[in-house]
Amino acid sequence: MSRAQEFRTGDTPLPDVVILTHKLTRDYDMGSEIVRALRGVDLQIRRNEYVAVMGPSGSGKSTLMNLIGCLDTPTAGEYWLNGQKVSDLVDDELAHIRNKEIGFVFQTFNLLPRASALHNVELPLIYAGISARGRRERAAHALTRVGLGDRMDHKPNELSGGQRQRVAIARALVNDPSILLADEPTGNLDSTTSQEIMGVFGDLHRQGQTVVMVTHEADIAAHAARVVTLRDGLVATDQRKAA
Amino acid sequence: MQIRAQKLKSGFALIGVFIGVAFLIGAWSIVNGMNTYMTEKFAGTLVGVNTFHLRRSPNVNFDVDDSTWRAWRRRPRIKFTDAEAVAANLTVPVITAWYSEDRGGVEYDGKVAKDITLEGTTERYFDIMNLKIESGRPFSAQESKAGAGVVVLGHDLADKLFGSTNPLDRTVRIHDFPYRVIGVVERQGNLLGISLDKFVVAPALSPIQREVNPPGVVDALIVKAQSPEAMQAAMDEAEATMRSRRHLRPRQENNFVMMTSEGVLEFWNKLSRILYAVGPGLVGVALVVGGIVIMNIMLMAVAERTREIGIRKSLGARRRDILRQFLAESVTIATIGAAFGIGAGIFLSVLLNAATPLPATVSPMSILLGVVVGGGVGVLAGVYPATRAARLDPIVALRQE
Repeated sequence: MSRAQEFRTGDTPLPDVVILTHKLTRDYDMGSEIVRALRGVDLQIRRNEYVAVMGPSGSGKSTLMNLIGCLDTPTAGEYWLNGQKVSDLVDDELAHIRNKEIGFVFQTFNLLPRASALHNVELPLIYAGISARGRRERAAHALTRVGLGDRMDHKPNELSGGQRQRVAIARALVNDPSILLADEPTGNLDSTTSQEIMGVFGDLHRQGQTVVMVTHEADIAAHAARVVTLRDGLVATDQRKAA
Repeated sequence: MQIRAQKLKSGFALIGVFIGVAFLIGAWSIVNGMNTYMTEKFAGTLVGVNTFHLRRSPNVNFDVDDSTWRAWRRRPRIKFTDAEAVAANLTVPVITAWYSEDRGGVEYDGKVAKDITLEGTTERYFDIMNLKIESGRPFSAQESKAGAGVVVLGHDLADKLFGSTNPLDRTVRIHDFPYRVIGVVERQGNLLGISLDKFVVAPALSPIQREVNPPGVVDALIVKAQSPEAMQAAMDEAEATMRSRRHLRPRQENNFVMMTSEGVLEFWNKLSRILYAVGPGLVGVALVVGGIVIMNIMLMAVAERTREIGIRKSLGARRRDILRQFLAESVTIATIGAAFGIGAGIFLSVLLNAATPLPATVSPMSILLGVVVGGGVGVLAGVYPATRAARLDPIVALRQE
């Protein structure tokens, strides 16, 4: 049983469905040819699921990740995030959605190199319009949650790779997003640190966080409770681990 | 944060505005100082208050073409007889003096002071020009009429020839003619760096007349009235006398001029209009260059920080957030540049005042303008790069290495 319920255009998702894509299509106009990166992806992810998206390169997983992360808009199809149809929002509206609903964790961490860990974690709160004092408290709390309460004033280059990724996770969580969206989160880490970060993801999942992770490493994907595999812009397999 | 991180580039951007604003304030202070100077001192020194000079042609002129100048040179000179007739026909209460000058050497005891203004005048000259005698006395009406060989010295000249000795009753020689020193005028200072104390005054009819003009000719008849209205009335009478003596028909133009301090000021106004027009142009160029430097540096900053912009956008920064961030940076750079520029401009004008004869005073208006212009350049130069930054696609920006 891979699909919770058949979705038709004009429907609204069930309340516990955080991510719903319906016939999601994304074409890239490369001038001489049109590359069809996604050819109609139907995917539903419920609250507190831990999903890994896999697939070979060129399968469309980065494109799907960008669409789910509201960094891009689909050519056709629908995308519902947390009960809101976001597939036809414009730039600044998407920025607002990213700020409120999505916590990104990137392969290359994407921290501001000259800012302290605390300031990096505060960034989403700045764009949410939180007061300086509120920002500080919440950022400090998020850093403590990922075990970096004693490294708040360190700059990224004073931290190890694992610690940097923890800062990024704290930044992703600080606005209480609907989904934690991780793109190859262990791609730049050694295996020990990778296990450590996977441990953090597992803890967050147990605390009720919805986690979506894009990876091409099977042993990393194995940490997830559900593995979706893409091939040629379509969902090829969708497997759930027995709990 | 980024400004401090990129000190060198920010520094260059800063210098652009800095130079512009410093130049603005410096240039403005010179024009401003000159203006005050001209209206308060120059015109009064050169011509005198409520005073006009009847001359063949203007001695302060500006932008005169060759043909006009040649026409002036063809005019008849003002003769002793002209000066006498004009003075005699004035009904308005005035004081008058003849005036002729040239440059030459003055000798005493083997020492020669060169390039001294030799002035042949009549006795009221000292009153008209408000020359106070420091020691001795001016020459009298009798000495003036008799053409006595007496002189009154300017302060610098007296210092140069006599040093600590008392010059009174000593004999100086001008072109081998002896003159007895009867007075020294108190120090007049300088005008645009030229000493006003290097002169001798002798009666116009004394042998000095051979040094300054052809026989029977004066450079000017100076007429001082008690009020502007009286001066105007005197000028009308003088004009009528001169026209009738020169047999000018009603349609013919005057072949003489009557210069007033207003006339001299008019000359200055023409000059300052040009300075006020050219100055802002040059300042504008400096600021445009500064602006372009800032714009380029901000564009470079945008290019270098593409990834940062991508990160910020992925975290929920809207276009206006990015726009605001980059604009704030360029305005900060420009404002700091302007602040330093104002400091340097003030310093420059103080320096000019102290080290050169140019009088310079800083006008508060120019400081205000410096701040506004500096900030404005920051905004203008920042808008384009900031817009580019705000429009970046977050996916593309994040992919940037």
